[in-house]
Amino acid sequence: MTRVPFRTEPILTVLAQHALQVAMPLEEDELYQERILDHYEEPYHRGACPGATHAHEEDNPLCGDVVRVELAIDDGKICDAYFSGDGCCISQASASMLIEQICGRRLDEVTAFTGADMLQLFGAKLTPNRQKCCLLCWRALQSAIYSPIAVGPVETESGEQPAGGSHDNCH
Amino acid sequence: MTTATKDQLDVERIRADFPILATILHAKAGTAGVPLAYLDNAATTQRPRQVVQSMVDVYEKHYANVHRGIHWLSDQSTDLFEEARGKVAAFIGSASIEQVIFTHGATESINLVARSWGDANLKSGDEILLTEMEHHANIVPWQQAAERTGASVRFLPITEDGRLALEKLDEYLTPRTKLVAVAAVSNVLGTINPVQEIIARAHAAGALVMVDAAQSVPHTKTDVTALDADFLAFSGHKMLGPTGVGILYGKRELLEAMPPFMGGGSMIRRVTTSGFEPAELPARFEAGTPPIVPAIGLGAAIDYLNTIGIDAIHAHELRLTRLAHEVLTAVGGVRFLGPDPEHKSGIVSFTLEKVHAHDIAQLLDRQGIAVRAGHHCAMPLHKRLGIAASSRVSFYFYNTVEEVERLGRALEEIKRIFRRK
Repeated sequence: MTRVPFRTEPILTVLAQHALQVAMPLEEDELYQERILDHYEEPYHRGACPGATHAHEEDNPLCGDVVRVELAIDDGKICDAYFSGDGCCISQASASMLIEQICGRRLDEVTAFTGADMLQLFGAKLTPNRQKCCLLCWRALQSAIYSPIAVGPVETESGEQPAGGSHDNCH
Repeated sequence: MTTATKDQLDVERIRADFPILATILHAKAGTAGVPLAYLDNAATTQRPRQVVQSMVDVYEKHYANVHRGIHWLSDQSTDLFEEARGKVAAFIGSASIEQVIFTHGATESINLVARSWGDANLKSGDEILLTEMEHHANIVPWQQAAERTGASVRFLPITEDGRLALEKLDEYLTPRTKLVAVAAVSNVLGTINPVQEIIARAHAAGALVMVDAAQSVPHTKTDVTALDADFLAFSGHKMLGPTGVGILYGKRELLEAMPPFMGGGSMIRRVTTSGFEPAELPARFEAGTPPIVPAIGLGAAIDYLNTIGIDAIHAHELRLTRLAHEVLTAVGGVRFLGPDPEHKSGIVSFTLEKVHAHDIAQLLDRQGIAVRAGHHCAMPLHKRLGIAASSRVSFYFYNTVEEVERLGRALEEIKRIFRRK
């Protein structure tokens, strides 16, 4: 999938539009609806983040779900974001949805994005047990913002930054 | 396919004793709903009317505290409670009734041994041998005992097909091995372990054996005397009984030499301001008011199991397990955890290509099929198998061929949902 441009609209406005778009033919609480399965099977930005500056991994030992979030943060903005992990449809689809939403966002917008917002973004009604799956990536993201990657930038032989080190979203 | 006539068990008649099995789920306006297929019996079984009624009868007619009052009701209650102990002793082939200790579950039974026998007998340098297929209840108490005493915990590996690597047992049984703790049946793989052989080899090496029989006593004939088991633990709720009652069986000389696990009423012969003298078996390990009514309910459950016959139960479950392997193989993309049906109890754990266990369980639930998903309290085993979670189907004698066939159709539908492109 292509990288999204830097955004200026508030996340919750996006959510409101999103809610209109996903007026589903299925029951409102349908968990395995097309939109969710699409994110599960063709996730947005699954993989390693080029030039990542921050990262955090969260797991849910009870069910074995794991999500790692990698961010390239510059000047108070998330220039790029990727996730990786393994788990149920809900944990992985919600990660894809969240990463898509936060690419290009300012950090204060991301920290203001609550767990309740995440559940709203996901859309389908979830039991408390499965809300944990849905919130896994959100928890990883909220910690990743404060988790700079310990090692410094890797020097290449020519002394240049590795590929992917610059972020067009930030400029 | 109607194999009901071939079943030795009259499952339809049996099911009439279990009102909950007639439940219709997910009925909404205009839809009929789906019948429950309860395939989560390794977690807990359902209970028949006879067991529930036995407990109602106690509460309505015979209830008082046991071994306490010199009054008519207390005598009635005590008689029923001790009668239940006798039923358990006979069911597992215990040489005497006093060797059957009522606990609150298999977990407490194992903790009792780890605390009482473990703290009195383990020391730095000693080894406790577990296996890679143990339930957390047969791992953590030993890890805790190791922390307290300085002993270490080792794990006998499993083979690729989910059986114990017995050819390595002699290598793992060292002069330092003081105790082997092993499941008679794996709660994930369903593997029936050769407990008798393991006990004989452990004894030859000078080690005691604690058998976690939570998944075996409800399904197969258990004879603690023939096994020569030192300790054996199981729970009432996995064999038609209520929750809150479990059993610890132990060899008399071991139990008599062990310090009490918990202090309180019942477990003492006398108490003075300067100390106490513990009671004889079994009261020695039954501090406080015991689970009186659950114990009597467990006795009623054993009566019920005896009318069905444990061998007929095992045979019926083996039939369902074979069918489940056939049906799931036909679905495609299924990886079975554990050995072939001939070497296991009525437990079929599996993974389905591209679909996570929790999604399987959730989608099966929509069709009324109750299964377990996750690591089933066996995280080291799942790590060994290289998977985070699995789906587990587990049978009891009231499950039907039709339920297994429904499972197959439901899994095919799940595959369709996840393979749209």
